[in-house]
Amino acid sequence: MRISLKIWRQANPRDKGRMVDYKLDEVSEDSSFLEMLDLLNEHLHEQGEEPVAFDSDCREGICGQCGVVINGEAHGPERTTTCQLHMRSFRDGDEIIIEPWRADAFPVIKDLCVDRGALDRIVAAGGYISANTGSAPDAHATPVPKENADRAFMAAECIGCGACVAACPNASGMLFMGAKITHLGELPQGQPERDARVLKMTEQHDLEGFGGCTNLGECTRACPKGIPLNVISQMNRDLLRTGFSV
Amino acid sequence: MTDTLIAGLYREGEPIADTKAPAGDIAAKWSTRQFEAALVNPANRRKLSVIIVGTGLAGAAAAATMGEAGYRVKAFCYQDSPRRAHSIAAQGGINAAKNYKGDGDSVHRLFYDTVKGGDYRSRETNVYRLAEVSADIIDQCVAQGVPFAREYGGLLDNRSFGGVQVSRTFYARGQTGQQLLIGAYQALERQIGAGSVEMFARHEMMELIVVDDGSGPRARGIVARDLITGEIETHLADAVVLASGGYGNVFFLSTNAMGSNTTAIWRAHRKGAYFGNPCYTQIHPTCIPQSGDHQSKLTLMSESLRNDGRIWVPKNAADCDKDPREIPEEARDYYLERIYPGFGNLVPRDIASRQAKNMCDEGRGVGPEVDGSRRGVYLDFADAIGRLGEDAVRSKYGNLFDMYERITGENPYQVPMRIYPAVHYTMGGLWVDYDLQSTIPGLFVTGEANFSDHGANRLGASALMQGLADGYFVLPNTIRDYLSKGPFGPLGEDHPQVREAQDSVRSRIHRIMSMNGTRSVDSYHKALGKIMWEKCGMERTDEGLREAVEQIRALRADFWTNVRVLGTAEGLNQSLEKAGRVADFLELGELMCIDALHRRESCGGHFRAESQTEDGEALRHDDEFAYVAAWEWGGDGEAPVLHKEDLVYEFIELKQRSYK
Repeated sequence: MRISLKIWRQANPRDKGRMVDYKLDEVSEDSSFLEMLDLLNEHLHEQGEEPVAFDSDCREGICGQCGVVINGEAHGPERTTTCQLHMRSFRDGDEIIIEPWRADAFPVIKDLCVDRGALDRIVAAGGYISANTGSAPDAHATPVPKENADRAFMAAECIGCGACVAACPNASGMLFMGAKITHLGELPQGQPERDARVLKMTEQHDLEGFGGCTNLGECTRACPKGIPLNVISQMNRDLLRTGFSV
Repeated sequence: MTDTLIAGLYREGEPIADTKAPAGDIAAKWSTRQFEAALVNPANRRKLSVIIVGTGLAGAAAAATMGEAGYRVKAFCYQDSPRRAHSIAAQGGINAAKNYKGDGDSVHRLFYDTVKGGDYRSRETNVYRLAEVSADIIDQCVAQGVPFAREYGGLLDNRSFGGVQVSRTFYARGQTGQQLLIGAYQALERQIGAGSVEMFARHEMMELIVVDDGSGPRARGIVARDLITGEIETHLADAVVLASGGYGNVFFLSTNAMGSNTTAIWRAHRKGAYFGNPCYTQIHPTCIPQSGDHQSKLTLMSESLRNDGRIWVPKNAADCDKDPREIPEEARDYYLERIYPGFGNLVPRDIASRQAKNMCDEGRGVGPEVDGSRRGVYLDFADAIGRLGEDAVRSKYGNLFDMYERITGENPYQVPMRIYPAVHYTMGGLWVDYDLQSTIPGLFVTGEANFSDHGANRLGASALMQGLADGYFVLPNTIRDYLSKGPFGPLGEDHPQVREAQDSVRSRIHRIMSMNGTRSVDSYHKALGKIMWEKCGMERTDEGLREAVEQIRALRADFWTNVRVLGTAEGLNQSLEKAGRVADFLELGELMCIDALHRRESCGGHFRAESQTEDGEALRHDDEFAYVAAWEWGGDGEAPVLHKEDLVYEFIELKQRSYK
């Protein structure tokens, strides 16, 4: 395949950044999107130009480290992570525009790499069950109805890639947060801290500069793991339950 | 130490022994050790600091637990968040001796299966402890909210895995690693929020700081590079824990994450920590075959697929390019069921891998040709779909099937999957004693980074178990004995030995950046990987390994004159990161080949062509090789020194493994 690329290049967080054009021949349609970028980088290296910085690690669609906006869509045209997108999703001669995740809460570090530390800080604020090591009761002591366990699992599939934020016109992190709140809230173990969790996490979310949810649904459309919008409703119900006032 | 070189490549030093495991019955050893290990009172813990490198299952669990206990913890990872550690990619499950199925499981049986599965090259005491604490791991994870699969009654479900005949594996669909890691990560984030753990993401350990203040050398800190700013930082502490994972990326193509590397443990090795069994690599039988040269990595398909999938190749090589659905039953060779009727498709990983290679070497492989041969066998779900229905198969393995389709473009509900073995896990690593302490006092090593409890081969669902056992239960109990003797005195950044470590990092980076040759880092990595896979992979020969040593030396010399890294050392530079890692792989690769060369036996996944039975099975030599090979760094350009730790089997009788 022959493709044309327009890629966001930004030397460092203070640099203004710009789109740069590249051309690539002989791209295998069996290669992944990131392997196509590897190929580009080998060519850039030969020409003495600094390779494009982008994040990836497991390249199996589970670690959540990769993620770029491709032709305006987070992770590109398929419902998957960037590393699991393959070039067979494009056509010979296509032009592909590649940009980093854009959100105030995700500052650009370089080229296509952004800082998603805000997501960790939301979890640190309360996205856990407090269980010190070594004092847990037998795992069978608390049965969990299968439907709750399944729903918890569905929400726990979130890989924290941040596509929901990148896709949202408000750059809201609520799908990410709702997934965690739903995961833990569906389990009996998660009940004691349920109110405190939703309050502390939403407070941190707003402090980090994420926007609010206006139910557009772009987040769930972009989510590579198919986290449904109703995790946000559950989060809102939990928030109301606490009696918090806006 | 021997005066002359053995085989022209190494010297032999004094034997070593693990002296921490208490005497007495195997079932009492761990509780005895915990009782004997000194305590640190809660007020004193605040005065003690620990550095933990790597935040996967072992590192995150250890950091969370040490933070909860009240120690001052600094944790480091090269990823942008601890939640990205490669433990997250483990699919199948985690073993535990819970006997929830009432099928005769017990701590002793899990212990026995693991020692046997490791081809009698693991340490009895460590493996017993692993089996003993396995049940606690499940309790801990459930308390944290890990959503394991459950039955309709609300209780946990189990399944069986390769190499065992009981159902002891707990799982969360095909994402067990992700769910366990998120549990550990949340426990870690809780401590970060509470201020007991300070987290340094996008930081890479570049050097270990070892200081001798008159009482002998001790690990006292690390030199790290902030990958965003490029700044070289010094972090000092009373003890250092390496939980930095395995080194399978020495093969370039492996199932490991792109950033997985050996630098943390290799730098420690160069500072005096012995490296145990470096050649022990686990080859995983069920990976998606390579499709071409563009490929950057291989993707594993969970071994749990072998519970319902049947593995076969055509009986006749002439059928290999046919549509598999058109090959009739009588023309198929279900070779694992044929050769190993007792275990069938659930034979251990090494056997499943080697037989797949044999079938392809015979010319009966399927799928596209890469480098002139077909490297794939079928993993067929047609029977399972017929028996259970497509919906049941989808609910069990749906995400794996989707992943397969995404990568290959083929629908595995309709056409059999194709699989081939790939490098997956390394069972070698830094040598540790029963306390998980390396040969450098104050340097502890956990999870895949240590030479581990798995012996020459690893059963499925046991790596997650080891990571969490080490992190939650073992290390926090053993390291306190060491810390009880601390704090080890104030140490300034200007101490000569700290300076020396900082200077060596700076000069190394300067050397890489100023070489200005022509070749890219990736080209060296690929060349190394090819040598390693062909000559130190599933099958090894004396001749091939000697060639590999020569080729690696030449490649390394070329690297240090001709590599080119663009950009600067200030700020994010991914080529520079890779260059440092590949430079270390180029040294480790040679040691792996020397280790493989000296071990003239076949065991586990390591098939020495010169050592096989009449019917082509691996032949072990317990009289000569029942030891751990612990290698000491000999110095730049000097031969490494081999120290042997004899493996003493008091509670399990060594037997030739047979799954027939």
